[in-house]
Amino acid sequence: MSKIQEKKDQKMSNIKKKIINDFCITFGTVNGSGSATANSTLMRSFFQMGIPVSGKNIFPSNIQGLPTWYTLRLSKNGYLARVEEDDIVVAMNPATINKEMDYIVPGGVLFHPDDLKIINKREDITYYPMPIRKIIKESEVVPSLKDYISNMVYVGVLAQMLGIELEIIKSALEFHFKNKEKPVNLNMEVIGKSAEWSKENLIKVDPYYVEPMSGNEGWIMSDGNTAGALGSIFGGVQFTAWYPITPASSLAETLHEYIPELRTDPITGKQTSVIVQAEDELAAIGMTIGAGWGGLRSLTSTSGPGLSLMTEFIGLAYYAEVPVVIWNVQRVGPSTGLPTRTSQGDITFVNFIGHGDTEMIMLFPGSANECFEFGWKSFDISERLQTPVIVMSDLDLGMNEWMTPKFNYPDKPMDRGKILWEDDLQKLLDNFKGEFGRYKDYDGDGIPYRTLFGNKHPKAAYFTRGTGHDEYAKYTEDPEIWEESLKRIKRKFDNGKQYLPKPVIKSYSNENGIICVGSTLFPVEEAIDLLSLKNKKFDYMRIRSFPLHDEVEEFLKSHEKVFIVELNRDGQLAQIITLKSPDQASKIRNITKFDGMPLSAKWIVNEILKEEEKK
Amino acid sequence: MVESDLKTGNENSAGLTRADYRGAPSTLCQGCGHNSISSQIVAACYELGIVPEKIVKFSGIGCSSKSPTYFLGRSFGFNGLHGRMPSIATGALFANTQVKGLGVSGDGDTASIGMGQFKHLARRNMPMVYIVENNGVYGLTKGQFSATAEEGLLLKRQGINTYLPVDICMEALVTNASFVGRGFAGDPKQLKNLIKAALSHDGLAILDIISPCVTFHNKENSYHSYLWGKEHEVQLHDIEFIQVRDEITIEDFEPGSSKEVSLHDGTVILLKKLDKEYDPTNRYEALRMLEEAERENTLITGLLFVDPNAKTLFDRYDLPDEPLNRLESSKLRPSLEALDEINRSLFMKY
Repeated sequence: MSKIQEKKDQKMSNIKKKIINDFCITFGTVNGSGSATANSTLMRSFFQMGIPVSGKNIFPSNIQGLPTWYTLRLSKNGYLARVEEDDIVVAMNPATINKEMDYIVPGGVLFHPDDLKIINKREDITYYPMPIRKIIKESEVVPSLKDYISNMVYVGVLAQMLGIELEIIKSALEFHFKNKEKPVNLNMEVIGKSAEWSKENLIKVDPYYVEPMSGNEGWIMSDGNTAGALGSIFGGVQFTAWYPITPASSLAETLHEYIPELRTDPITGKQTSVIVQAEDELAAIGMTIGAGWGGLRSLTSTSGPGLSLMTEFIGLAYYAEVPVVIWNVQRVGPSTGLPTRTSQGDITFVNFIGHGDTEMIMLFPGSANECFEFGWKSFDISERLQTPVIVMSDLDLGMNEWMTPKFNYPDKPMDRGKILWEDDLQKLLDNFKGEFGRYKDYDGDGIPYRTLFGNKHPKAAYFTRGTGHDEYAKYTEDPEIWEESLKRIKRKFDNGKQYLPKPVIKSYSNENGIICVGSTLFPVEEAIDLLSLKNKKFDYMRIRSFPLHDEVEEFLKSHEKVFIVELNRDGQLAQIITLKSPDQASKIRNITKFDGMPLSAKWIVNEILKEEEKK
Repeated sequence: MVESDLKTGNENSAGLTRADYRGAPSTLCQGCGHNSISSQIVAACYELGIVPEKIVKFSGIGCSSKSPTYFLGRSFGFNGLHGRMPSIATGALFANTQVKGLGVSGDGDTASIGMGQFKHLARRNMPMVYIVENNGVYGLTKGQFSATAEEGLLLKRQGINTYLPVDICMEALVTNASFVGRGFAGDPKQLKNLIKAALSHDGLAILDIISPCVTFHNKENSYHSYLWGKEHEVQLHDIEFIQVRDEITIEDFEPGSSKEVSLHDGTVILLKKLDKEYDPTNRYEALRMLEEAERENTLITGLLFVDPNAKTLFDRYDLPDEPLNRLESSKLRPSLEALDEINRSLFMKY
């Protein structure tokens, strides 16, 4: 027996038991090398095995040649948040291997190309070299595909070493390549060879295994942007104008992909949804507002820099009362910031967007499933209240693929709001005698009626403007009318809260609570479980819409301390809550991070414990 | 009273009188060129017998952009943001492609802040009329140079303009606009026919109309003044506009003395030859003509270019006949089965 084998046996005996379906793998690669296919194939394979899995892509704002990391977390308990340690690292990039080694837990594993020299080897981890060049050389791969296919070697090696059936990997590849036989077979050949090689040449000495389980019945895999786009299609989106920007582009691209299939009228064969790629974000929002004004369910998708450009237009839509849905897939600002990293840094910006007195409706989806739901709901809310609705997603939610409950068909018919066609208008005129007042509060709920162009009634027309106007949409600078019109819009918002998603609350009369929004729910919920193990119990509230429901203040009132967890520097959610409930402000503790990475539960736990110690 | 009693003999083919095309009283200055353009819009629509509900008005910000309030009171309108009228119109017009868009902008709105959107509108050949009420000056902010002001122009507070002007027609031509005309507010007869032709064109019809600002910029020697315009205007041709149903036959005109352009809706623009031969279907000829006018210090007016068959933005989509904004909800939401299929395709686990 060789010395190495002896060492390994010794290591094995130290391992008390197998770790099954509960570990983290990070792939260190170079961007543009085609590793995304390999990584998502593995993720889908784990999912197919019934293992709860989440994936996070940490990538540069670059096309080719810079380091990229992809982390898969397998969690038999269903936790989907990021963890900051790796059990297994697949190091394909010589430039970053030392950094990656630092993150491996003691007893962890490093897979690496056999020609990659490792300096400063750690003694407490296992090394598995992979003969990538050799396997690729032996396969008949055209030179142009070699780099891409190389990544399939680690797929095969991992399949063998962790215990993934090759058939499952094949079905994941079939999905990826849309059942095209040629690329599936090409990749499977390399994967098969690599698995075979591992079986013959590597001795398993690590504790990590996967086994089929049933941890995700009724779940699907989707990224938030795909989910948001699909939800919008089921919400009847009729017009989209957009301009490319990371991390929002894939939302509009998904619309391009699915609309021909889902929105071709089966009888006429015509398309009921239009997409225009605009020349910039100013034009994108302008077109979207034009379409919303014309009576189309219209949306645009963007991120911080684009939203900054859209600001003037959003103010117009607020005051002229034009329904429009804006997806803001948040990235790190200010300025160009970190275009490929995640953030919740636009909360105060969007809340107050536009000059003068404004107020915005924001929806915060917390999962891909909720991106779908808010995709259709946002139109109902926006048309009901005749105002912009901004859906606040983020890069982590939008661009990463998530395991998420399957999309549910809308449980309500579409709410097109108060639209008057010819006969409706005649009825209104009969009831109220006189002219049609576009901005007249006929019902006392602050929501006026609107007509749409194309309406043939001679009294239907009105002139929309961002300048001061009276109830009949006529130009005026009258001080009282101006005040009254802004007050009426405020009433519309106060009354409109009933149409907005309520916060999700898990309250068990604990002394302290935690509040979060959006995708931070994953680490927060896990942190609450971890804290509970330390006998520290917390109630929980996830806010899903702005303006805030009264439940937010009640939650503050009923707790001693409330930790507000968010991904920005200034505690923006806490700022708005403070404004709304100044008397409760002393209870608020800010738990904020803004390094562009999704939060981990462990970090939240530590921060809360640190705060607790302060007393 | 029965309806026929109301008839005065002044009804057009749609049974409407001129009053049905009026808007609110103008609040622009007395003598403003924009007011005469508004009058010609009213006249053109009335004479063409277009029902006001079949037109939707758009504008940006500035004196020009206020003017849509002063005509076609029965048409919907959207007075948007400075320089952003093209995008609003683009989105809106998809809601009902049977309603004609009529945009009014100014030289600041189009040639400065809105140059990008203007050019992209032309690039997409968005079917609508786009009128630029061009006076070379910012009126609503009380007299600053605009991007179309000529070099050397003297204004009261800013002094001498040291920049070169933008020629809106040239910009339109090089961006593939399918209809480009230049008019003069001081030449109402030609203007009305240009507007009629523009309204009949299936595609983007750009009319750059020199429209003097009597308050801030009407010095007799300046390009955008009434006096200079009247003295230096050179009409490219005499425009006659012939609607389908009109009985005038083209043979009434002497052969070789005129050029005809047939538009998509069957109307014919008849361009009677004046001093020079001119072919308005040749884009390069149009550019050359504009250069020549600049050299010769003349205000060339008329239909500079038209391509009646250019593919429009709507031609690039497969839209239903029924206006999109009238579609029932049932036509907008895919089926439950379609969603089941999507869930399955996204690795739905059972």
